[in-house]
Amino acid sequence: MNLDVLSIGLQTALLLLLAPLITGCIRNWKAKLQNRRGPRVWQPYFDLIKFLRKDMVISEHASWVFSAAPYIVFITALLVGLMVPMVTVQAPLSLFGGVLAVVGLLALGRFFMALGGLDPASTFGGMGSSREMTIAAIAEPALMLAIFTVAITVGSTDFSHIVATAQQPGWNLFNPAHLMAFAALFVVLLAETGRIPIDNPSTHLELTMIHEAMLLEYSGRYLALMEWGASIKQLVLMTILVNIFLPTGLAADWSATSLGLGMAVFLGKILLLSAAVVLVETANAKLRLFRVPDLLSAAFVLAAMALLSTFLFH
Amino acid sequence: MDFSLTTIDPTSLLLLAMLGYVIGSVSGLVFCRWERLANFLSFGFATMGGACGTVACVLSLATGASSAPVQVLLLPPLIPYVQFTMRMDALGSFFGLIVSLLGFALSLYSLGYARGFFGRKNVGVLGLFFNLLILATTLVVMADNAFFFLMAWEVMALTAYCLVSFEHEKPETRSAGVLFFVMSHIGTGCIMLGFLLLFQTAGKVSGNYGPETYSFAGFHALTENANWLASGSRNAAFLLFLIGFGIKAGIVPLHTWLPAAHPVAPSNVSAFMSGVLIKMGIYGMTRVFFDFLGNPPMWWGVTVLTIGTVSAVLGVLYALMQHDLKRLLAYHSIENIGIILMGFGASLMFLHHDDLHASHPLLASLALIAGLYHTINHAVFKGLLFLGAGAVLHATHTRDMEHMGGLAKRMPQTAFCFLIGAVAISALPPLNGFVSEWLTYQSLLQGFGTTDSLLRLMFPIGGALLALTSALAAACFVKAFGITFLAQPRSEAAAKAHEASPTMLMGQGVLVAACVFLGLCPTLFLKVLDPLTQQLTGLQISQQLTTANGLVLSGVNQAGGTVSTLGIALFGIGLLSIPLGLWLVFGLKTKTRIAPTWDCGLQGLTPRMEYTATGFSKPIRMIFKALFRPRREVQRDYDFSPYFTTTLRFEAHVEEIFETRIYRPLNRWVLWASRRMRALQAGSLQAYLIYIFITLLLLLIFAL
Repeated sequence: MNLDVLSIGLQTALLLLLAPLITGCIRNWKAKLQNRRGPRVWQPYFDLIKFLRKDMVISEHASWVFSAAPYIVFITALLVGLMVPMVTVQAPLSLFGGVLAVVGLLALGRFFMALGGLDPASTFGGMGSSREMTIAAIAEPALMLAIFTVAITVGSTDFSHIVATAQQPGWNLFNPAHLMAFAALFVVLLAETGRIPIDNPSTHLELTMIHEAMLLEYSGRYLALMEWGASIKQLVLMTILVNIFLPTGLAADWSATSLGLGMAVFLGKILLLSAAVVLVETANAKLRLFRVPDLLSAAFVLAAMALLSTFLFH
Repeated sequence: MDFSLTTIDPTSLLLLAMLGYVIGSVSGLVFCRWERLANFLSFGFATMGGACGTVACVLSLATGASSAPVQVLLLPPLIPYVQFTMRMDALGSFFGLIVSLLGFALSLYSLGYARGFFGRKNVGVLGLFFNLLILATTLVVMADNAFFFLMAWEVMALTAYCLVSFEHEKPETRSAGVLFFVMSHIGTGCIMLGFLLLFQTAGKVSGNYGPETYSFAGFHALTENANWLASGSRNAAFLLFLIGFGIKAGIVPLHTWLPAAHPVAPSNVSAFMSGVLIKMGIYGMTRVFFDFLGNPPMWWGVTVLTIGTVSAVLGVLYALMQHDLKRLLAYHSIENIGIILMGFGASLMFLHHDDLHASHPLLASLALIAGLYHTINHAVFKGLLFLGAGAVLHATHTRDMEHMGGLAKRMPQTAFCFLIGAVAISALPPLNGFVSEWLTYQSLLQGFGTTDSLLRLMFPIGGALLALTSALAAACFVKAFGITFLAQPRSEAAAKAHEASPTMLMGQGVLVAACVFLGLCPTLFLKVLDPLTQQLTGLQISQQLTTANGLVLSGVNQAGGTVSTLGIALFGIGLLSIPLGLWLVFGLKTKTRIAPTWDCGLQGLTPRMEYTATGFSKPIRMIFKALFRPRREVQRDYDFSPYFTTTLRFEAHVEEIFETRIYRPLNRWVLWASRRMRALQAGSLQAYLIYIFITLLLLLIFAL
């Protein structure tokens, strides 16, 4: 029991502290690749603290839903993070839910974020909500199918079981099925975290915004929670991607060495994936909104092919 | 005196509930000139009846495992073969629970809602038919004899027709009522034919043509009979029942009556129709497929699963295109019926067994439970949403979402209730829609290992489409809630809206409580379903589906995955301490200012600048344009430059593909054929005499 409390506490702290760093790294590296100096990697922490200290301005049209949304977004992101194995094989809250609960909780956060976008009666917010819900709707089947490919092999929807199976010697990352599922999930990751080519996180033009448009009317503490929640969600999705397909180094026990090793390997994997995201963001232009479905249906087809190749040829 | 709950006999309590409905309907009729009294008495008795019925059905399910259901003769048999007997078995009690619970909440709501009709319509008549409808629906699920079942079924359809056309002054209502009437009777025809096949076989098999052969126990006995299992008429019966009950349930492509009829009825009736009436189709399918027809061939399950998936996806896609709040909800009923049938289809596939393949009763029970759990969930949250829509309609006098907005501030309690319903129907944790979809996903995932054939790919593909469905449902309810309740009011009426009356809120409150209970305590509710799976698949699996002292829901085994909605909810509340702590550390001195939304430097935002329901769903309309075939007409008048428009008319349509491609051609063909037939009826006596003569001749030849 003590161990549970400890692991919950540690993973919560890891989620809270690491997530802004990853966001910072991606921003910094992206700037470097574009020959700019860019903000320091620590900048997101300063931003969050500044937002927390700022006064809030709330729209006169907004109802209580507007105020509830940041809390729900933040807490669902944390809950999801606790259901996914990060450094240890056993996720702290894996008993409370697996793949399906993760997808559901992310959808709950998105649901309230979209409502929060509509609430202040601004056109931009509504536009962001509409686009976000549309893209999420077409990304979700690809996400599910890709995870199903793995979940069916393992016979479980529990991330800890999936990861434990993936650690066994018979598992092969370079199996074509896994590569295709990985590619599909990577596209979904770009869509879900609002990255180029689907959405541009650093845009200043309201008409092209998706995620940012929903946050336009948020300020102060609420904005901090929204931004932090988005960072945590990004970290969690990246963790899912690296730990399912590349579970090497996850700590199976609670000894200091395996934890330390697990931590180091985990950081390495996440930073590697962040570098991949940076490369994709720099090398591509943002797609037109109605081109996004093509990309996401390609991800769906990849996931379907992964499924077919696993089970038809075995 | 040892008087405990177990000594109350569920059957007599249910009879008491039915007595309540009878008194309610009679008092509605008797006092129809005194509308206040009629309203109070008829809906009051219906409320009491609903409460008694709920308790009766819960008791019956809770004690169901230990006691055998009792057969009760309601009326002495007047006609041979027709026995007015009812029996509270586990299946009947489960659906009876849905009927009574919704009956209770809706009647409570109606006490306030029906006041809107005072002075305009006859409330006594509304009460009369409303009570009769609940009574007939209760009898449908309790009937123990096929003839009696059909009679109750027909009374149910007729009273529902009367209620749909309650506001018959509007032409839209009349035509919807007629469509409902026609479709409903095509369905009844199919069900009758199906039962006739069962009668025929049951009589032949048992050699006994007495009334007991036609009772449900007699039909159940058929499942043991090898000849029946091998016969082709079993497949015919399956198809007939699938069509007949499918029309009532609203499966695609037999759904067209549903989005027409549900919106035009008074909202308490729409809630009953969407929550309960279409579930009678599900009841019929469960009863016939799982109780009467025996070992299902593989293609049955495949058909049902396919229909379910198609209905789910198309239902939600069409729902997204609606901006009539009640029509949107009606399309969601099609979606949810689809999700229920996905569970049923998977269950039928798992039950299939032949010489080469064994059946998988455990998975079949899981999939069946998933379907049934979704049945009660949908009844509860859809009832709740229709009640919310009714309250909004009551306050704004429009069903068009483009004229709503800002209601969360004007009707806060209704908004909260509607939000709970919206979260539940979008299958978001921790509420009940999530639990039943979780069970459905589990059964689909576990089902993959049950067969080696290509058919197993149906399970993950079905799962992915279910994911698409629930994501689209979430989008649709962001729209439904966001456009209706948030931002600025888009019309005068919405700006002046007022909160619903206390009884209306209480009715919604009951259903909110049910949503939360079914969402947070699935393991408690699964225990109640044990007698049900015992009856239909021969297994009790609630033990297997729970772990960690019954607090956590698991798949058929714990390794398959676990979920605890209660845990998620409580832990989430616990995690609130983090933002709270951050506020204490950093934000104690911050102030909050209320200010206008940024308007890009214009003279303030007007409601016309807000995002509309049509605009919200535009990306989805564009992505699925092959299906919707959207068409728009823009008419623009200007004086000197097209940039300064004086008038603008905009019209947008999507095509309802089933209506234009199937029903209209069919309709035309039927009219054409009947015009041709009319030639026979020339009005001349000689011609008629010739017809009679020819018929006689043909019969004689046939007899020889």
